[in-house]
Amino acid sequence: MKYLTLAATTFLATSAYADTPELVVYTYDSFVAEWGPGPVIEKAFEETCACDLKFVGMGDGPALLARLKLEGARSDADIVLGLDTSLIAAAKATDLFASTDVSAEYNLPIAWNDESFVPYDWGYFAFVHETDLTPPHNFRELGDSDVKIIIQDPRSSTPGLGLLMWVKEAYGNEAPAIWNSLADNIVTVTKGWSEAYGLFLEGEADMVLSYTTSPAYHIIAEEDETKVAAPFDEGHYMQVEVVGKLANSDQSDLADAFMKFMVSDAAQSILPTTNWMYPAVMPKEGLPAAFDQSIEPGKALLIPNEAVPALRKEALAEWLSALSQ
Amino acid sequence: MLKLERVLITQGNFSVHADMTIEPQKKYAVIGPSGAGKSSLLGALCGFVPMVEGRLTWHGRDITDDAPGVRPMTMLFQDNNLFPHLTILQNVGLGLRRDLRLTAKDKENVERALCRVGLTDMAQRMPGSLSGGQQSRAALARVLVQGCPLVLLDEPFAALGPALRNGMLDLVQQLVTETNASLIMVTHDPKDVARIADEVIFVAGGIAHAPQPAKALMENPPAELRSYLG
Amino acid sequence: MALRPFAISTRTGVSAAALVALLILAALWAVLTRAEYGSGLGPAEWSAIHFTIVQATLSAGISTVMAIPVARALARRQFAGRGLLVTLLGAPFILPVIVAVLGLLAVFGRAGWLNMALAGLNLPTISIYGLHGVVLAHVFFNLPLATRLLLQAWQTLPAERFRLAGQLDLTPRAVFRAIEWPMLRQTLPGTAALIFVICLTSFAVALTLGGGPRATTIELAIYQAFRFDFDLSRAALLSLVQLVLAGSAAFLALWIIPNISIGGGQDRPHQRWDARGGVQRLVDSIAITIGALFLLMPLSAVIIRGLGGLLVTPASVWQSAVISIGVALCSVAVLLLLALPMAGWIATAKRGSVEAIGLFGIAASPLMIGTGWFILIHPVADPVLFALPVTALVNALMALPFALRILVPPLRDTVQVYGRLSQALSLQGWPFWRWVILPRLRPQIGFAMGLTGALSMGDLGVIALFSAQNHTTLPLQMYRLMGSYQIDAAAGAALILLALSLGIFWIFDKAGRAHAQA
Repeated sequence: MKYLTLAATTFLATSAYADTPELVVYTYDSFVAEWGPGPVIEKAFEETCACDLKFVGMGDGPALLARLKLEGARSDADIVLGLDTSLIAAAKATDLFASTDVSAEYNLPIAWNDESFVPYDWGYFAFVHETDLTPPHNFRELGDSDVKIIIQDPRSSTPGLGLLMWVKEAYGNEAPAIWNSLADNIVTVTKGWSEAYGLFLEGEADMVLSYTTSPAYHIIAEEDETKVAAPFDEGHYMQVEVVGKLANSDQSDLADAFMKFMVSDAAQSILPTTNWMYPAVMPKEGLPAAFDQSIEPGKALLIPNEAVPALRKEALAEWLSALSQ
Repeated sequence: MLKLERVLITQGNFSVHADMTIEPQKKYAVIGPSGAGKSSLLGALCGFVPMVEGRLTWHGRDITDDAPGVRPMTMLFQDNNLFPHLTILQNVGLGLRRDLRLTAKDKENVERALCRVGLTDMAQRMPGSLSGGQQSRAALARVLVQGCPLVLLDEPFAALGPALRNGMLDLVQQLVTETNASLIMVTHDPKDVARIADEVIFVAGGIAHAPQPAKALMENPPAELRSYLG
Repeated sequence: MALRPFAISTRTGVSAAALVALLILAALWAVLTRAEYGSGLGPAEWSAIHFTIVQATLSAGISTVMAIPVARALARRQFAGRGLLVTLLGAPFILPVIVAVLGLLAVFGRAGWLNMALAGLNLPTISIYGLHGVVLAHVFFNLPLATRLLLQAWQTLPAERFRLAGQLDLTPRAVFRAIEWPMLRQTLPGTAALIFVICLTSFAVALTLGGGPRATTIELAIYQAFRFDFDLSRAALLSLVQLVLAGSAAFLALWIIPNISIGGGQDRPHQRWDARGGVQRLVDSIAITIGALFLLMPLSAVIIRGLGGLLVTPASVWQSAVISIGVALCSVAVLLLLALPMAGWIATAKRGSVEAIGLFGIAASPLMIGTGWFILIHPVADPVLFALPVTALVNALMALPFALRILVPPLRDTVQVYGRLSQALSLQGWPFWRWVILPRLRPQIGFAMGLTGALSMGDLGVIALFSAQNHTTLPLQMYRLMGSYQIDAAAGAALILLALSLGIFWIFDKAGRAHAQA
């Protein structure tokens, strides 16, 4: 009898719940953290949609993609938020994503015309250091110096993969030599951006692979002006973070609405001070002043999405062999 | 009555043959040299040592393969007759109910048995807080509540002093008389035989000899027994 | 017709063991069904296998050798705080890896206490990442274990031998050769073998301190195959390699691994007449001081940092703490349901080799089990709903081999001593467990429960595969805090995690020993 009551209550609860549609969004962990953009975005979107927006954190970018492959077409997710330019080609190869007609007046250094993915923020990778360090000006100088750096594993994190592409794009066939010279500078290779940045803040290295916008966090949130990004003269590699709709979504309209929302002013004005990246569309009120202090790369580097998978394989093998010795 | 029909007991590389009948309400002493197989004989009766040949019957029913717990007998070992982690009440109560769900009447029974063996008010004590003699009495109380028709003693009082041991033997004698049980006890001491036994089972040379009246046997022992008694 | 010497029903024990094997093999099967034709073992995988064996060998060797002077000093000195120190020696083994890593970084990291001191003295600083970092962390975890096992062995030496040595006025060296070395020769291989097996499946240490592709263990490679490349065939292949490698190492070691006795080393040391000289005294003092500093400094670092962080710890940390406690308690329950029947079976089985089934738990990759069950559950239900039960189950499997090592010997003794009496009283099945085994084994059961609870509390592994926002365990939450600039809050979470792990162990262990009757 007790079980019957329990079952009945559960059923009633679910059916009552079913009146408001639920939109499931898979994303990376730091997006949904309570200090991240997730909670604010959720509140703002739910005010407009009469729905229940549910973020599910799944590690870092590549892990997000792996999870999606694991679940395949039966995935509960309607939206995947947090893949980046380096992963777009691999994501499309799964055939799980629907095309979209959402677009906006983008404030990106590149032209955007992808049929499945909508950009919501972007940034330049950069090495961040304390102001008392005299930073190297490029990878060659870095390799020759005894400056200690922490980087992320390209297999597990989007910044790590970005760095791989950065070196490959800047140095081409010389990339293996660059990695060989960097090997003794690398204190450790972490799984994700979070660990790397955490270790850097603990003083485990002189520089950490992050974004040109990271110092803005310290200025705004901590009133700490001692963290800066080092400008590299070969240019800085770009990352554009995107959101996409799954073809098997049972909330297709709602998913479209969410994608639109992500490029609307409501969402875009939230992102700079929660995700600490440049917004994909310039908010009406512009950027916080601290962002003006971010370095402006002389050259923006980006490998076309379709070329990434093949290059990734080659660059990864080079990277593995340089760092395994 | 308990019948051993052409029984062969083997343990390790020695074996004992036995063919005998145990009568109701009689007291038997098992004597013989060390290592002759006295304990093995008792172990076999209780079901702890396998009988390789022959059969064991109780009132005509074959109990050779019965589990120890369902045989019509109870045995006190040389040591470890009580669970040290259970109270005296629980230890004795196990003789009545295996799941220890003792009714008020069961508890009354236990109390009465404890009273009978001289352990009044000791029910809630743990075995560790009792003297050696008191522990033996507690084990006897359990024998009492079990009320089995056969009681087997494998020298449970060996560690007690002579006076205490004699006291325990007298108590055992009274208890088996009260419950109309038969007693089979292993002993080394001819004085125990004189004190308690009606008949003697002499174990030597691979044979457990059929019981013979104690008095006659001890007064006029055959050669083998004489050399054992010295 | 041979009567069985004693009958604990083997049916439940065999079923429990079969269930363990099934849980693991079903997961492996599920992974294999989804695997596409793979590339086999490439150079990176071979290098992971190589590294795994090298680091496990070094960790086992260094832990064991370092444990000798420490255990010897503890065995022959009586000083204020000795009991407390021996108790604390138990701590690192049940410490959550992620907490320990934080502590080790604070002491040995680039800006840690040690390097600050070295830099102050104008000496070259050391790096904690790479092979030596992994080995350092493993020694930190296992030196206390080795010390306890050796101390335990030292205290089984009969006091009379030391009396005789005293009467003959033997030198410390002669005492070592005549009395201590023969004991060590018997104990050292088993101790080293146990640590070797534990280190073979190391994951979180290599993940955080490996420092790159150079230092990849097999388990870490499995993780990478699952999480980064989604290469199920490679993951399955590596899982098999690990199962065979760690499984056969564990199986071989089974015969020499010492039993884990509870409260080992708590007794007073033997009175000794050798080693009274100043040099011996000095050597022992140094061994104890270095050993204690090496183990206690990282712990102190976690506590000091954490106290400050507690103030900024967000509410979500406390929610995760509640979830972690729930998961740990479930693990403990699952462990008991598996370990007790299995221990009963093993203790009464003619051949001890059936204990090897328990070793599956140490050899099988938790990530493989997690992914396998994810694949199995996904078609019929939302795996996220099962995240916590699967985590609890996998954690229980990991603790199973240790629990068996703790439970089987006393169970065997109990059956030997009280089996006959129980049989005579017809105590079988549940009454036998209820009235004989459970009360007799109460301290060991408490110890095993505490160990399982603590290991489960601190585990960061399977849950990461299933993770959903609302079902976050404390280690995962702490890991996320570390990754979100919230270092102080992470330090606070680390302190809470430390307190919970040691606390759950302490409570169960204490409850087991309370009212224990002789």
